[in-house]
Amino acid sequence: MSRIQSVFQNLQLAGRKALIPFITAGDPDGELTVPLMRALVAGGADIIELGVPFSDPMADGPSIQRASERALAGGMSLAKVLDIVRAFRAGDTATPVVLMGYANPIEAMGQAAFTAAAQEAGVDGVLVVDYPPEECADFTAGLRAAGLDPIFLLAPTSSEQRFRDVAGAGGGYIYYVSLKGVTGAANIDFDELARRIPRVRAAVDMPVAVGFGIRDAAGAKKIGALADAVVIGSRIVEEIQASPRERAAANVETFVRGVRAALDEAAGATP
Amino acid sequence: MPMTDMQQYSLPDAQGHFGPYGGVFVAETLMPALAELRAAYEASRTDPAFIAEFGHELKHYVGRPSPIYHARRLSEKLGGAQILLKREDLNHTGAHKVNNCIGQALLARRMGKPRVIAETGAGQHGVATATVAARYGFECVVYMGSEDVKRQAANVYRMKLLGASVVPVESGSKTLKDALNEAMRDWVTNVSNTFYIIGTVAGPHPYPAMVRDFQTVIGKECLAQMPETFGRQPDAVIACVGGGSNAMGIFHPYIPHEDVRLIGVEAAGEGIATGRHAAPLTANARPGVLHGNRTYLMQDENGQITETHSISAGLDYPGVGPEHAWLKDSGRAEYVAVTDGEALDAFHALCRFEGIIPALESAHAVAHAMKIAPTLGGDKLLLVNLSGRGDKDIHTVGECSGIRF
Repeated sequence: MSRIQSVFQNLQLAGRKALIPFITAGDPDGELTVPLMRALVAGGADIIELGVPFSDPMADGPSIQRASERALAGGMSLAKVLDIVRAFRAGDTATPVVLMGYANPIEAMGQAAFTAAAQEAGVDGVLVVDYPPEECADFTAGLRAAGLDPIFLLAPTSSEQRFRDVAGAGGGYIYYVSLKGVTGAANIDFDELARRIPRVRAAVDMPVAVGFGIRDAAGAKKIGALADAVVIGSRIVEEIQASPRERAAANVETFVRGVRAALDEAAGATP
Repeated sequence: MPMTDMQQYSLPDAQGHFGPYGGVFVAETLMPALAELRAAYEASRTDPAFIAEFGHELKHYVGRPSPIYHARRLSEKLGGAQILLKREDLNHTGAHKVNNCIGQALLARRMGKPRVIAETGAGQHGVATATVAARYGFECVVYMGSEDVKRQAANVYRMKLLGASVVPVESGSKTLKDALNEAMRDWVTNVSNTFYIIGTVAGPHPYPAMVRDFQTVIGKECLAQMPETFGRQPDAVIACVGGGSNAMGIFHPYIPHEDVRLIGVEAAGEGIATGRHAAPLTANARPGVLHGNRTYLMQDENGQITETHSISAGLDYPGVGPEHAWLKDSGRAEYVAVTDGEALDAFHALCRFEGIIPALESAHAVAHAMKIAPTLGGDKLLLVNLSGRGDKDIHTVGECSGIRF
């Protein structure tokens, strides 16, 4: 059983929901990323999504765009992100790490070389925003053969047929994009999600995480009542940016702890 | 594909692939929108009513067909092959861009989308999109890098006169590629009521094939005009390549005519060796994935897209349409590059010898024709796509001569 599967199984047994924070590797600098990852875990993260910065992040809103720019200005690269995962793994063998990013850095490294390096570094899953399943069948097969989960997105525009097709190609969990828009957008519609998420869960045989536009404990609580996992990215990236460097890890930990508490409270209240 | 199969050339395949290039590399939210667009385009491209309306608009609104003009004085001065100019600069709005915008606007109307968006570099595609939006009554938003907004104030005002909103893009390098990123972000947000009019033969399938098809009116006219006026087809067809829409428009109908050389001219900027250029094909850049398709890309060793340079904003793009990538690998088309300086020389030559002010983009194609014409016999015919007029560039050219307006 993969690390991601066992996390979801244990949470399910405990009646809790997964909290999946996202940070951009190398923001504000490469030295701080491992301490930030440890702070996420200390605050109650179950899985970490680690953003691989790219020069042209088309699916991201301003907060993560700026984070990518800062990381690239500091010399971050896909190879260095793998070094960060390796360093994180030296002190934490339990928390799954999912790399989230865009296709071209992987294309430049070579798909097979990336998969081997990611496995060796201790990566658990890979989400490539601009690799829909039909464009990356070989890559997906390679990830599976290496024991890594290929994680795919579903969106408010996806049909029920698409739910099944995408889930059939993926592993780990399905990442349901909560809104039509970019990461960190403010147009999330909880009523619409309350209609959609149960249909996604009925169609796919794997945990469903919901992300994009969830900004606080209250939003996380609402999503936690519907889905198996909550992803929070832009809000945490903003917390890092707003904090003095030496306070960033502590502030992130405090923020995540607040979300964790709200999620667990909601889970406890759900029969 | 061996050369003999060029007679049956029919790429892309159903998934939008030109060999290893092209495809649909977008976030999941856009996948259904692209499927909807493919279906609408497939239904329209063979619909006689759609074809008739497109033809009517090209004739009465754009002013087609555009003539082929024999640049006699320039050819005599060079003392070699005859240079013929396909006059896309005479179209309404002053460039080939409008052909595609009309096609996509008619499609947007069929699909019931009340709002269109576009990206633009120098502003030519933005102006063409704003023009058709006014013509058909769409709300129109154009994304433009903030650096380009500063450099192209007149085109920004033109778009506003035509009723469009122009949004300056502050992210990344603040130029064309970033404008494209921002247009994609708008589309993903407003996908239900918005049609994205991409200006070149790049982006996710079906854009490379669809934009090409709308632009092939250029090459189809040439196929008919050349024998009528010059007694035969040309020996070579020459066009500039940024994303490559004017080149695909004139190349595509000639692909099965294997005795006609197809030559794409990229922007060598300050020289290929300096790294400050926008010539991914000529420089043998590594293929990668950007803006929805796989193609040759200007990038660093870590796969980050690098900044490009060209005196011509319309060629200043790190990628190239995937069909050009395929045509390069297959050998059916050749790709070369000319520097800023060579393009400027050609700009001045066409002004002085023919009384035609070409766009700096098109001046790249003219420059290459001027380079090879003296090496060829006087009976050889070089057909150059003069894709746009150069009024928009007089500030840039003036500044190179130390003139401030």
